[in-house]
Amino acid sequence: MSDLGELYQQVILDHNRNPRNFKRIESANRKAEGNNPLCGDRIQLYVLLEGDTITDIGFQMPQGSGCAISKASASLMTDAVKGKTAADAETMVQLFRDMLSGGTNAPGKLAVFSGVRAFPSRIKCANLAWHALHAALQNSAEPVTTESARDF
Amino acid sequence: MLDTARIRPDFPILLQKENGRRLVYLDNAATSQKPRKVIDAIVHYYSFHNANVHRGAYALAVEATEAYEAARTAVARFVNAWAREGVVFTRGTTESINLVAASWGRTNVKRGDTVVVTAMDHHSNIVPWQILCQEKGATIRMVEITEDGRIDLSDFGRALEAKPKIVAFPYVSNSLGTVNPAAQLSKLAHAAGAVTVVDGAQSSPHLRVDVQTIDCDFYALSGHKMLAPMGSGALVAKPALLDAMPPYHGGGEMIERVWDDRSTWNKIPHKFEGGTPNVEAAVGLGAAIAYLEQLGMEKIAAHEQELARLTIERLSQIEGVTVYGPRDHRAGVVPFTYGDIHPHDLATILDRDGVCIRAGHHCTQPLMRRLGVAATARASFYIYNDLDDIDALVTAVRKAGELFGVPA
Repeated sequence: MSDLGELYQQVILDHNRNPRNFKRIESANRKAEGNNPLCGDRIQLYVLLEGDTITDIGFQMPQGSGCAISKASASLMTDAVKGKTAADAETMVQLFRDMLSGGTNAPGKLAVFSGVRAFPSRIKCANLAWHALHAALQNSAEPVTTESARDF
Repeated sequence: MLDTARIRPDFPILLQKENGRRLVYLDNAATSQKPRKVIDAIVHYYSFHNANVHRGAYALAVEATEAYEAARTAVARFVNAWAREGVVFTRGTTESINLVAASWGRTNVKRGDTVVVTAMDHHSNIVPWQILCQEKGATIRMVEITEDGRIDLSDFGRALEAKPKIVAFPYVSNSLGTVNPAAQLSKLAHAAGAVTVVDGAQSSPHLRVDVQTIDCDFYALSGHKMLAPMGSGALVAKPALLDAMPPYHGGGEMIERVWDDRSTWNKIPHKFEGGTPNVEAAVGLGAAIAYLEQLGMEKIAAHEQELARLTIERLSQIEGVTVYGPRDHRAGVVPFTYGDIHPHDLATILDRDGVCIRAGHHCTQPLMRRLGVAATARASFYIYNDLDDIDALVTAVRKAGELFGVPA
């Protein structure tokens, strides 16, 4: 079960059980919706961008959906980018994507998702929130899906 | 129960390991594995009989045509079709239903008409009707299900008050395992003046099907869920209806005469089989039917129902597990959830033990909304599954509970 332990690390299980920034932000000025049509998972992402800084960020997963990987990824993402500039957040989006496509580990706690690489069917779950963040920062009105947003 | 010790060696894929473990294949509602006899039939066809059908003057083409038409006869016998001319080969259930929607539907459904489907239908028996209704300005009426996962007969009756042109429903639900009273539903629909379209994707592999007893008008099946190749399937229909319907695809084979500006159509079923057909798929389907008939469909149904019963019994002993679907009148499909573990996580954890299940909405999003879940895990059985498979499933589910800290 060691490889399962690599995927479901304690940090991921913790963020799945107790997701951070799991909230709707009424004053958000950037929003995005992400869909994983394969499993029906959906994320609503709310970003408050003041000047160039992400001063608040929250997410919701309707119907209590969201697997452990997608929920923990969204949770850790919101922690990681809160207080960062939009440009820094975009860099993190890129680093996260690079990690999952076989590159070096993303910084800090985000490295816990390196175990997802060994589970190709779950990479889309880990990426979902990051697709949504990219769309929100681009101010894209179109809902993103893990199918169409393969390339950022 | 079937003698799985004799059946399993017929399936080459079951001899291989999955993540170093015995392959426990429990996603049969998605697709079945293929026995050596079906694989060999395809290889044999290409090795000895391959030619284009219905046109060659040479012996090889005659052999290919005979092989193709023998498969049609096999399908007709298998579901007790009205006539072998009433068996149209298609790529599967989805294409069969789209054929009915595009041909019978476009000809007969008008603005203001109603098409009835059920909340437990697969997207393939919903979306073609939505497309038709949007084009025609007709209305889709979705019949509700009961708490325990059956078609709500009183709502079905209310839906029929609109005098729908088409009533479509699944014989067996892919998401719940419910075996619907197809003959009763068809009779009620006919009394209201509708034609009936039965999605037979989940019934054909698992039950003795008799379309004349059901007395539906159209019956759609997929070969790949019943041991045959992907891309094999059929629409089985009352010949008089097919005769009156316009073609689906224009092209070779489906014509009688072609002039510069118009054509006349070949006889059924060829009118609906434009282009070179998938002869390999038909031949494989014929071999699959022979394999299933040898085992006996009643025995197959009993085997799967027993596996499902035992699985429900054992999963229900795990605190936090919810099993969906009716208590009885169900096929070998067991949908479940486990505490707050997302079905995708369950499927990943089970896969590490070589246990293949489906996780997701199973192409039944309207049903998932009614169940109040985004997804379920689903174990589904076939002729080669045995008690060891259930043991592996239950052990792996318990393991998932430990990993995620679901109280035991």
